[in-house]
Amino acid sequence: MSAISASTTETAIIYEGRWRRRFYPIIMHGVMLTAVFLVTFPLIYTLILSTQGTALGSLRPGTAIVENYSDAWNRAQMDMLIRNTLIVALAVALGKIVLSIMGAYALIYFRVRGGMILLAVVMLTHLLPLPVRIVPTYDLLTDLGWVDTFKGLTIPFFASATGLLLFQQFFRTVPTDLADAARVDGAGPFRFLVSILIPVSRTNIGALFLIEFIYMWNQYLWPLIVANSARTRQVQIGIKQLVATDAVIEWGILTAGAITVIIPPLIVLLVLQRSLMSGLSASGEDF
Amino acid sequence: MNTVFPNRILPYLLLAPSVILVLVFFIYPAAQSVELSLYRVNRVRDVQVYVGLENFERLFHSDSYINSLTVSAKFTVAVVVAALTISLALAVGASLPIRGFGVYRTLLIWTYALSPAIAGVIWALLTDPAIGVLTDLLKAIGVNFNWRQSPDDALIFLVMAATWKILGYDILFFLAGLKNIPHDVLEAAALDGANSWTRFWRMVLPLLRPTLLFLLIMNTLYASFETFGLIDITTQGGPGRATNLLIYELYQDGFKSSSRIGLASAQSLVLLAIVATLTFIQYRFISRRTFYQ
Repeated sequence: MSAISASTTETAIIYEGRWRRRFYPIIMHGVMLTAVFLVTFPLIYTLILSTQGTALGSLRPGTAIVENYSDAWNRAQMDMLIRNTLIVALAVALGKIVLSIMGAYALIYFRVRGGMILLAVVMLTHLLPLPVRIVPTYDLLTDLGWVDTFKGLTIPFFASATGLLLFQQFFRTVPTDLADAARVDGAGPFRFLVSILIPVSRTNIGALFLIEFIYMWNQYLWPLIVANSARTRQVQIGIKQLVATDAVIEWGILTAGAITVIIPPLIVLLVLQRSLMSGLSASGEDF
Repeated sequence: MNTVFPNRILPYLLLAPSVILVLVFFIYPAAQSVELSLYRVNRVRDVQVYVGLENFERLFHSDSYINSLTVSAKFTVAVVVAALTISLALAVGASLPIRGFGVYRTLLIWTYALSPAIAGVIWALLTDPAIGVLTDLLKAIGVNFNWRQSPDDALIFLVMAATWKILGYDILFFLAGLKNIPHDVLEAAALDGANSWTRFWRMVLPLLRPTLLFLLIMNTLYASFETFGLIDITTQGGPGRATNLLIYELYQDGFKSSSRIGLASAQSLVLLAIVATLTFIQYRFISRRTFYQ
């Protein structure tokens, strides 16, 4: 009696296990596909809208794709906007990478008296986001004559606590032998940095570039205050102008403009997401 | 510590640019904020009267500022809770050791590339009274949603757009955190039927604590500051003052009026105090150090 019931339970477990193994992945694929669809649908709808000239709001793609995109391009002066924003995003991303590698290199490979204090000073930037110092920073920019210049849009962003920490942490994991060997070979600090340390830091450089490029491409408040002319205007403010040009929003053109502006950071994300993932996981290792 | 190079001056030269930039563009303006908050000042600076703490008194006796504080608190809590819950669920799902799941990791993080302003445009489209699919969907279940007229709808609208935009970022960091958790722990948590929930709370979540703390802080900062573009491109604080978050109020006093520079600086300091306090509390609660970003 008990033997029979035991074996039935066993069969049930085996049966259930097989059922699980076969259907569980299928069900989970269904769940995840639904999630992806829900997260992505707003963008798909925007994409569809950007092709419609008439019959706005249906789910069927329209035929006005060329008109919408070229109207958005011309009206927002997209070539200028993209050029201006590329200058700012690239300058800040590269500036931060260079400065934070320099700083982290100094802290890890040299004896720096008061190094912890200097690190703490740079870390303070985390507690002082732009809004808590925005009025005096703008005044400072006025005094420097940097309002409406690329200097004003980039240099205040150059210091990077994120980058300094990222590289400092990574340099600690680089084997000491590497530097010792370099020294024995007669390589000075500069050659060691350029020919050994920077090449092994590729992943982290990629990760920081991705973070900072997207961060700068999407800046809104600072460019709104500081970049007033077409000469320096940034993409996000250009989109605001597409919204504000008329009393009635021209959705076809506005969505075409929005899609255009999304493309560059999306490309950067796609190309560098592997670097970012491994950079983040590696720096998360020691806790 | 692997100190190898003997140079004495070089390291200071390498650190100098970073330190100088921080002093000039962070510390000095922050100190100026403190000073300005004690004055009644206008934009051209021909009036500058020392008023002590009057600006702070005015702030906390002003209905509109109290309103901004309340709205900001509601907004921030809603965004942080919604974003962290949804993104954690999606990241755990995408991390399951099932064949073909790698693709979801890419398909779920892309909102990271969007700006809050663009998210605003997209959600304004979805909820447009004439052509928004979401408007139609809500109408079908009997809900009349219009954020241009209803104060409640306006706040809900901002919460939805802001949450959606930050999902990619949060999922990205949760995925990175989950990558460090052994596969069998995740698999057990996922497969073990009724026990999976308890296992998740007991085994997965504690391992994710550093990531959770980091995201809690970053999402709070995001909701408080980075959403400026979203507000400016959609509700602009309205209808009435229903979505006039602290950051938007600060912008209006600091840059849209000519005589409230002192008041705006006082608001900056209140923001600093709030952010510092929240960060401190979050650290104490989840403790341990978190190092990235």
